[in-house]
This record gives sequence, structure tokens and C-alpha cells, in this order.
Amino acid sequence: MPSTLTTRIAVAERAAENTPAPSGAVAKISVRNLNFYYGKTQALHDVSIEIPERIVMAFIGPSGCGKSTLLRTLNRMNDVIPATRVAGEVLMDGTDIYLPGTDVVNLRRKVGMVFQKSNPFPKTIFDNVAYGLRINRLTKTKSELADRVEQALNDAALWSEVKDRLQTSALSLSGGQQQRLCIARALAVRPEVVLMDEPASALDPIATSKIEELIVDLKQRYTIVIVTHNMQQAARVSDTTAFFLLGKLIEVNSTEKMFTNPTEKLTEDYITGRFG
Amino acid sequence: MRKVDKLRRSRSATMTTLTALCTLVAVGTLLLILIYIAMQGIGSLSFRFLVDSPRPVGEGGGIGNAISGTLVLLGLSAAIGLPFGIGVGVYLSEFGGGKFGSVVRFLTDTLTGIPSIVTGVFVYTIVVVPLKHFSALAGGIALALIMIPIVARTTEEMVKLVPHSLREGALALGAPQWRTTLGVVVPAAASGIATGAMLAIARISGETAPLLFTAFGSRFFSYYLDQPIASLTVQIYNYAISPYDEWHAQAWAATLVLMMMILSINIVVRIFTRKRF
Repeated sequence: MPSTLTTRIAVAERAAENTPAPSGAVAKISVRNLNFYYGKTQALHDVSIEIPERIVMAFIGPSGCGKSTLLRTLNRMNDVIPATRVAGEVLMDGTDIYLPGTDVVNLRRKVGMVFQKSNPFPKTIFDNVAYGLRINRLTKTKSELADRVEQALNDAALWSEVKDRLQTSALSLSGGQQQRLCIARALAVRPEVVLMDEPASALDPIATSKIEELIVDLKQRYTIVIVTHNMQQAARVSDTTAFFLLGKLIEVNSTEKMFTNPTEKLTEDYITGRFG
Repeated sequence: MRKVDKLRRSRSATMTTLTALCTLVAVGTLLLILIYIAMQGIGSLSFRFLVDSPRPVGEGGGIGNAISGTLVLLGLSAAIGLPFGIGVGVYLSEFGGGKFGSVVRFLTDTLTGIPSIVTGVFVYTIVVVPLKHFSALAGGIALALIMIPIVARTTEEMVKLVPHSLREGALALGAPQWRTTLGVVVPAAASGIATGAMLAIARISGETAPLLFTAFGSRFFSYYLDQPIASLTVQIYNYAISPYDEWHAQAWAATLVLMMMILSINIVVRIFTRKRF
């Protein structure tokens, strides 16, 4: 029986490589042998994972395990951080998004993102949701724009709360409303994938449960990848869970199996709170 | 109470009193200056004084031409200086991380420290001498040169205060870098940038030295940019060094007017930049 954490990770990693894509569904995103570096620090080690279409996949793991880094490689948000380097492939619908000549703007329109801290622009509620539509020129007429904004706000379960004050500042909303506004803003451009980086970590339990209900609703139409520190949250909202440790993918499995009978001892130790 | 506690408390009380005294002296002096100017200037102030042009000693006259001249000079320098200053500031904040950025930053800091009379002489040689006469344009350029580094640095600081998450939010929606900067980052910093611009305008409206050999001054109303133009500061200077009591009194009144002008610039911009969001 391997005793030290690193050797246990190495063993688990070899096992994870042989794990087939869960549920056998079509992979929307396939990450293949991805390595990621911040300067000289390697944050991701040879990660390979398949993310099927129209499911919710949760990334869990202790702080600094690379789950947010991996999430941000999926829409190339790490590009804006200086001195980072990526090696390996991220295939979206079969095309590597890191190929030279990839249109990053187009990619980010297909892959929306919701951040840990809600970041509404200092504009009106309407202008926030309309922002992505306007810059990408996705609507032709004013009424079409208004329709898309209403629809996005509806999808984010925010319409009834803000319909009478669309022209007021987005910063006048409560924290939970602001985060749902950011979700609406991401949904307005009709992305195919929505990345969520701990979307509820700064919210109170009621706002959190609203966001969680929303995530479950949204998976009918979107592929959702959510990073969370909260294991109960992962268990509640996701279909598949991936567990990371020290930049390595330890196990990816159906959420049910992950939380009842994980294959890896490391996963079990983490989930039962023995470390992390 | 223990002895150390007593000592600590009395030391704290002493320091609080000392800093309060310093504040009192500084603010008190400022107030004294304002009150003194108001008392000296209010006597010669009248509607005629505000709209009339200067007249020979003994015939009254006013500073109407100087007020309009100062407004023309301020408008001109803002039109030249603000776009450049704000542009440099945004560049420094958003793209000025490298070596070139730090060189530019060092240069703007150095420029801020250049005595304004040097700027006046510089503009005299590059604008006034080739054109062969003093002009409002030369005055506006001289004032703009003083403004640019001030506006650049305040803009940079203000744009830097915009949280990084806003930039990421816009980029994640597929906004290219330039749209993120112009459409999200700069508007988010707008009220701060306007405050910086306001401070720069207030600062240059009190400048005399750079105007002495650029705008030169004039005893008549003028709106031609290629002709010499009057300004409050130069008129105050000319009247103050004159031997006539009447002109001394008018210099005081003109000082009061200049101060009220700066005050109203501050108030107007403050109203316009009141946080809308």
C-alpha cells in the first residue's frame, strides 16, 4: 500500500487515465494531456478529461489544486495573465482551441463565464445584459435586443425582480441578484458552454439555493462546468464530478458514485474531510 | 491604572493634539488668505467692473476682457491637454506594464516638476518666435503642456482602481481588448478622471508665468486665437506691480474673481460627475 501523498496521487493518476468518458455521451469538450504553467510553477499536470454535452460537471478539490486554472483554460481566460504557458490540447467540438489562428473572441462567445465575485458593469441592468449582444452585434433591431435581454433575465430567474427598474444601476441590486445578473449577461449571447467559477461562494444560503436551482434548470440547454469548494453543492447540482489534487486529476466519476463509493481512496479521504 | 498605561494614554493625547494643531494652522492660514482677499477685493467689485475693459488710471474700467480671455485660454488648453493627458493615462494603466511604460511614467513625473516659466519660454521659442507674435494659441499650448502630465498621472491612478474582475467580465463576453478598455474600464473610472481633469484646470487657471511671453496680455476684448489675449492672472500681475492705488484695488478685486471662477469650476464639475451609478 503506497503511503505518501505524492505516490498515492501518481497511482490514482494512472487509474484516472483509463477512466472512460462517463455516461458514454458525446464529449463537448475534451482536454488532452494539458499542462499549464504560471511562470515556472506548473499548475496543471497532464490533465485529460472529457466533458459531455448538456450535463453539469463539477470540479472539486482543495485550494490551489488547479480546478479554477483548468476552468479558465476552457475559454482561454488565462491568456490575459502574463507569463503563463499552456501545453496539450483542449478540443471543443473536435477542434483544438489553442491552435494558432483560433478566434478567441468567437470562442468566448460560445463559452460564457460567471466569476466568483459578481462583476456587473457600472451601467444599467439593461445595458449589462445587452453588453454581449451589442459588442457582438447579435441583434438587428431595438425590439429584438429588448426581447433577448428579457429572455436572458428570465432564464436567470431575475426578470420578475427587475422588470420595473431595467434602467437603474446594476450596482443597486443585492449580491445574489448581481450574480444572477452576471449569469443573465453570460446567457444573453446564447453560449454553448457556461463556466462557473465558485458562483455562489460569496452568497448567503437563500441566494445560493436560487443559483443552484438555476444551474439544474440550465443544463437542459447548456453544458455547464462549475468549480466549487462546497462539496454538498457539487453533490446537489452536478451529474459528474472531477476531483483534483495538486494540479492532477485524481478521479472523474458520476456524482452519485463519487460521493457514495469513490474508486480512489484519495477521493474518499477528501470527501470525508480527512484532508484538504 | 498602571504607570505604562498612563504614559501611553498621555502620549496618544499629545500626538492627537499636535496633529490637530497642524491641521488648524494649515486650514486657518488658508481661510485667512481667502477672507483677506475677499475683504480687499469686494470694495472695487461691481457689475461694470466685470464687463468693462481696462481704462487709464482714474477712469475706472474693468476686467471683462481678462475674464473672457482666461475662459478662452482654459478652453483651448483643455481641448489640447485633456485628450492627450487622458490618452497617456489610459495607456499607462492598461498597457504600460513594460519598460516603455516606466520610462513614460518617469518622464511625466519629471514634467510635472518643471517650473511653469520654463514651459513658457519653451513655447515662446517653438510657437511665438516662428509665428512672429504673441497669441492665445501659444498661451493655450503652454497651459496644455502643464496639464498633460497632471491629467496623465491622475487618470492612470483612477483607471488602475477599476477592479480587474470588470475587465475579465467584458473579455469573457467576447469583447476585444480595445472595447473592454473604452466601453467598460474608462467609463467605470469616468468620475475619477473628470475629477483629475478638474483639478488640472483649476491648477492652470492660476498660472501667470507661462502666459507672460505666450498669450502676453491685452487691454481689449479679443477672440482671435492668433492674437495676444488678456488673462486674469497677467492682468493681476500688471496691476499689482503698478504704482497706482486704484489699480492695486482692481488687482485685489480681480484676484477675488479668479478665486470665485476656480471655485465654480470645481462646483460645476462636481455636479456633473456626481456618481450616477
